[in-house]
Amino acid sequence: MTAQHDESFDQHVRRYLYVFYALLFGTLITVGASYIPFGNHAINIAVALCIACGKAFLVAGFFMHLISERKMIYGILGFTVFFFLGLMFLTVSAYADFPPLTVTH
Amino acid sequence: MDIPYTVQPREDTGLYNAKVGIWLFLASEVMLFGALFSSYILLRVGSPEGYWPRGWLNVPVGTVNTLVLITSSITTVMAWASCKMNQFGRFKVFHACTLLLAVTFVCIKSYEYHDKFTHYEITLKDGRIADGHIVENDPKADHVVISGRYVQDRRDLYDLEVRKAPHHHEELSIPRSQIEKMERYGPWHNTYLAIYFTLTGLHALHVIGGAIVIGFLWGPGSKMWETDPERFTNRVEISGLFWHFVDLVWIFLFPVLYLI
Amino acid sequence: MQATASAIPHTGLHEAHHEEAGFWSTYVFSTDHKVIGIQYGVTALCFLLFGFFLMMIMRWQIAHPGVAVPVVGPLLAAIFGDVAAKGIVSPDLYNSFGAMHGTIMVFMAIVPLAFAAFGNYVVPLQIGAPDMAFPRINMASYQAYVVGGLIMFTSFFIPGGPAQAGWTSYSPLATSIATDGQTFWIIGMVFLITSSLLGSVNFIATIIQLRAPGMTWMRLPFFVWAQFVTAFLLLLAFPPLEAAAVMQLMDKVAHTSFFLPTGLAIGGNLAHVSGGGSPLLWQHLFWFLAHPEVYVLILPAMGIVAEIIANNTRKPIWGYKSLVYSVLAIGFLSFIVWAHHMYLTGMGIRIATFFQTTTMIISIPSVIVLTCMFISLWGGAIRFNTPMLFVMAFLPMFGIGGLTGLPLGLSYADIHLHDTYYVIAHFHYIVAPGTIFALFAGIYYWFPKMTGRMMSEFWGRVHFWPSLIFMNLIFQPMFAQGMAGMLRRMADGGANYSQARVEGAIGGLSAGVMNLHTYILWAAVGLALAQIPFIVNLFWSIKHGTPVTSDNPWEATTLEWQTPTPPPHGNFAKPPEVYRGPYEYSVPGHARDFTPQNQPD
Repeated sequence: MTAQHDESFDQHVRRYLYVFYALLFGTLITVGASYIPFGNHAINIAVALCIACGKAFLVAGFFMHLISERKMIYGILGFTVFFFLGLMFLTVSAYADFPPLTVTH
Repeated sequence: MDIPYTVQPREDTGLYNAKVGIWLFLASEVMLFGALFSSYILLRVGSPEGYWPRGWLNVPVGTVNTLVLITSSITTVMAWASCKMNQFGRFKVFHACTLLLAVTFVCIKSYEYHDKFTHYEITLKDGRIADGHIVENDPKADHVVISGRYVQDRRDLYDLEVRKAPHHHEELSIPRSQIEKMERYGPWHNTYLAIYFTLTGLHALHVIGGAIVIGFLWGPGSKMWETDPERFTNRVEISGLFWHFVDLVWIFLFPVLYLI
Repeated sequence: MQATASAIPHTGLHEAHHEEAGFWSTYVFSTDHKVIGIQYGVTALCFLLFGFFLMMIMRWQIAHPGVAVPVVGPLLAAIFGDVAAKGIVSPDLYNSFGAMHGTIMVFMAIVPLAFAAFGNYVVPLQIGAPDMAFPRINMASYQAYVVGGLIMFTSFFIPGGPAQAGWTSYSPLATSIATDGQTFWIIGMVFLITSSLLGSVNFIATIIQLRAPGMTWMRLPFFVWAQFVTAFLLLLAFPPLEAAAVMQLMDKVAHTSFFLPTGLAIGGNLAHVSGGGSPLLWQHLFWFLAHPEVYVLILPAMGIVAEIIANNTRKPIWGYKSLVYSVLAIGFLSFIVWAHHMYLTGMGIRIATFFQTTTMIISIPSVIVLTCMFISLWGGAIRFNTPMLFVMAFLPMFGIGGLTGLPLGLSYADIHLHDTYYVIAHFHYIVAPGTIFALFAGIYYWFPKMTGRMMSEFWGRVHFWPSLIFMNLIFQPMFAQGMAGMLRRMADGGANYSQARVEGAIGGLSAGVMNLHTYILWAAVGLALAQIPFIVNLFWSIKHGTPVTSDNPWEATTLEWQTPTPPPHGNFAKPPEVYRGPYEYSVPGHARDFTPQNQPD
């Protein structure tokens, strides 16, 4: 192992630690934000999900090395995300688009 | 002819086989948990106003579990980094931590499940509802003792924040003769608990599965470090990717089930 | 299959030294993709035959309601007891057979045969790989399939019998049936889904990573493209069904209410469930898988058809690029059309229009694929061997099946046709004289590579012609029955709704429509008999078929024909070098009318 290699690795390790601290912080503010009365509960939901997405980006991007991954993997995941969103939005839209007076539950 | 690219990456894709394999598998897992999250949304959106539980889960306990998993994620990536840096001893230490944290997570989850399974909702013949944790449930006794409260309106049991549920509980002794219906807070009790147990149960199975694989690599599988360290490091990376995914799922599970 | 002896002697072929493997690791616990492919194939064919028998018994009951089934009646009575008393198929038994016929045919016969069997055997060879990327996972996927299949099979013998709620297992019916058959079905499905997932990871990784040098994406045989897209469909579409199956299992075993609505009454009594669930949620999750699943059923068949057409017309497939892009488009679009199976669930107009639009759009690449195949025949020097006969029959049969899907895809027309025999005719045309014919063609075509012998051409034709005729005689009348309003899954074949039952009833099923059942039954018997030459031919030719005189008896260009026969463990002594595309037939200036992919310039 060359000294150069060690240095860049130290950089990586430091990055992991920063991500770790960010994740800890993210967890704490998620919990904190859930107690803030925004008036409309939908805002609480949106805040919680945004913070969760941020944390997910950190884990996926840095711990799972996605930020420097190959195109092939991006392609596979891109399609997956598209189909997952399709499943979620189309199913929920189908529920939102019933004729009036329909009972679904 | 041997199978190529098991360790050396293929030039045009830049990947070795197992890495393609694990990302494909994780893609399918995204769809699996995605379907469950979609079901959660549907069930919640479709539930009548005031009947979707909030505040039924212990947030501090869940927060601890979240921190446990996040820590296990950093120990996992550090374990792989140690392999890359040729430091087998540190790999062993880091993954030992990962395994301990995994066991901690499952233990805390079991405690939470136990808490639900000892929580009862008792409908009395006079229309009141008693709700609380069981203190005494001797089948031979003619009383059931719970630590909880009485409510008149069933909706008081659901959204605990909006309905301003009291935090103190008292011991209530309920004669069996007055009990119309007595049900535990199991998955059958309502759809929130059903999706909670299913989502967290499936997640816990993934935690256990991941821990078994990492445990194998930490234990008997680590012999490969002597003969083929690069391939072993790749295995650590692959199992680490699965572990991070398990953490990822929890990052969404925690706010969705505990907070919002 | 770990043969050091091959049908054609080869000199100078160096094989890596393997220890002499015993019977169990060679034939049962093998990680060789060729052995696993054959294992899948044989198991799937057994299930195919079993599913066929279930259908025969159902057709008897439909044509002769309440009459004891001949020959097997006593056997049914012995196994099933009171639901088959005196050998008569009761409605409960009919429903069981219907549910299991669908499940077995789709999940245990066609997909394992089309995707796993042919894919496992042929794909690594065609891309020039020594094996699949993950051989042990390959073995695990076969084992999961066997376990799932066994669970499904044993469900016939448990008290209460197998699942009864259709292959679609709709809640609340599936949950509220008191017997365990439905639980076995769900657990069996979990194993089958696991098998599929492991297989699809393997296929995709193999095709991405293990292509031989020079085998670029656009030099892949179309069969490999088809399997690649199929694998993606399985990978991404199955997990939501797995989630739904877990939830339905929870409903059944843990008494949750994922799919059970509030106020559900069963048999007039309020069900003791928490309620709050949604039956439609099951349908959405189920069809999210089941629609891509039908493309899983057809795409490998299209791949086989392309290979055999190119080979037997002695010219390249017309429109290779269009085929590739079409098949990618089909794969992509198939994920966003699923609710066309749910038009009659009370969907709103906006969402119904969305799904109708995507459904109409997906028909375009499907037509492009079929058109390319048809045009490929033009100007070809066609060799009418048995594989080619089946493949040429596939084209119009799939055409009929596909075109009859269009009225079903249009939400307005589907109001009349949904859940009728028209639907049965539509999808059977695609899968039965469609996919299964392509699979037969594949068996006749690749048999010489697997065994070193040809199947009998004569008996192949004896198999082909009656099969084609009877397939049409069975399914063609069903279009008429469906348009006349005959519904699916009726144990008495619609007798309850016939004009014979109520004199002068308006809209009742006419005698003409009802009588078609009898003809269909006879055609089914004919179809059954026509399979006997195939089964005998298949087994007899393994030892007694005409031996091949070369490794490439069909004079084909693709790489699987450039190996010894049968290919040894590791397939190629060293990685083949690919210099050209997959269909260099009749290229002007070349020495022969075909040039293999690994032949240098």
